[in-house]
Amino acid sequence: MALPDTRHRVRYLFVAVMVGHILLISTQVTSRAGVSLLQTGVVASVTEVQRVLWGAVSVMHGVWDGYVDLRDVRAENQRLEREAADLRVLVQQERASAQTAEHLRALLDLRRREPWKTTGADVIGGGVSPEFPFIVINRGRDAGLQRDMPVITAAGVVGRVTDPGPHASTVQLIIDKSTAAAVLIERSRSQGVAIGDGNGMLRLDYLAGSADVQVGDTVLTAGVDGIYQMGLIVGTVERVERAGRIVVIRPAVDFTRLETVLVVVEPAPRPSSNRPAQAPAAAQAKQ
Amino acid sequence: MKIVRAMVGVVLALVLQSMIGQATGTVRLPFDLALVWTVAVALLYGRVYGLLVGSVAGLAQDALSAGVLGIGGLATSLAGFLAGWAGTQFIVTQSLPRFLLYLGATAVHGFVFMGLYYLLGLRVFEQPYVELVTLGLVNSAFGVTLFWLIELLPGLPERWRVSRERRRKVRYH
Repeated sequence: MALPDTRHRVRYLFVAVMVGHILLISTQVTSRAGVSLLQTGVVASVTEVQRVLWGAVSVMHGVWDGYVDLRDVRAENQRLEREAADLRVLVQQERASAQTAEHLRALLDLRRREPWKTTGADVIGGGVSPEFPFIVINRGRDAGLQRDMPVITAAGVVGRVTDPGPHASTVQLIIDKSTAAAVLIERSRSQGVAIGDGNGMLRLDYLAGSADVQVGDTVLTAGVDGIYQMGLIVGTVERVERAGRIVVIRPAVDFTRLETVLVVVEPAPRPSSNRPAQAPAAAQAKQ
Repeated sequence: MKIVRAMVGVVLALVLQSMIGQATGTVRLPFDLALVWTVAVALLYGRVYGLLVGSVAGLAQDALSAGVLGIGGLATSLAGFLAGWAGTQFIVTQSLPRFLLYLGATAVHGFVFMGLYYLLGLRVFEQPYVELVTLGLVNSAFGVTLFWLIELLPGLPERWRVSRERRRKVRYH
């Protein structure tokens, strides 16, 4: 092999010296990430090559796939056309069903489920005692609060607004003996009434005899008592005794650590004569 | 032999620069003798010598000044290479062209050296252009003087001997 002429040798030497110096500098200087510039440069170069190669391979792969797909496209088109025709029929059926449901809803005067609108409040007073379980929050009528509005936290139900003042309100906790809420077992959908037992827990009453309740079941509000919307977490079943006649629920909310709560201001509670806040009345209504 | 002379010159330039700095108590001298010698070598022996001698001189300066090893080497070798290339393209046998060549070489060196330090965020130069102009002027002055000495010194003993003989003959006659 012939040696390169002098001019080329000088060029190679020049490039070699320059590159040598640059590499030498790179080994000593670190980038902002704390890695040497040499390492950064090498990684950047390699990944860039990888990216370019990957792009080229992807293009080739795409071309090949396109070719292969093209061969089956006619058959697939026919299949999709058949599916589209079936789906059009199905859509018409669903539309008819929806119109029927809407008509029935109008006939039964059922309300649509509306999204909740809440307002935050700080707990500013009230002792947490099983004998006197209420709290005072720093929101009142000026914030749109009304009696019987549910009060919740991220964990679950806290209670309901009992006395909305101009700038503050009292909240009756769900563990109060004199309060009750219509609830259901999430797993089995069995319904009952949760009543405070005076010891910081809730008792699940008025269960059907065939109700399926197990320890660990999640208890949610049933949404039929006019106060609590459906699906709010009340607690979990802690004990089931005497073949389901005594069911004890541990509240989801830790009432000893309440600092901020949310008041569900919309949808507003419906005025109702059978308030489950009074346990006996709720019981009568059930019976 | 050329390379030995060139390297000895590098060592002398570095030693001289160091001694002048120590003697005058100046931390930053307004000249760069290693660069001056590199350009001289490039003009005398060609661009390859300029490249290699500049590389060695610059690396030595980096090592002795606790800078980033390679920045000075890169700047000086580039300046040496370009000076050698310019020496083959233009007639630089007179003082003014040499002065301008030294100015250009110092500018290349300065831009690369300061630029790299600035880009890598390692050093801030408060008045880079003032420094560069000063360095260029002083380097050029040193460079022209160096070439005057180089051209003067090789014939000096001979010329001195001829002159002495001539004076003796005049006295006897």
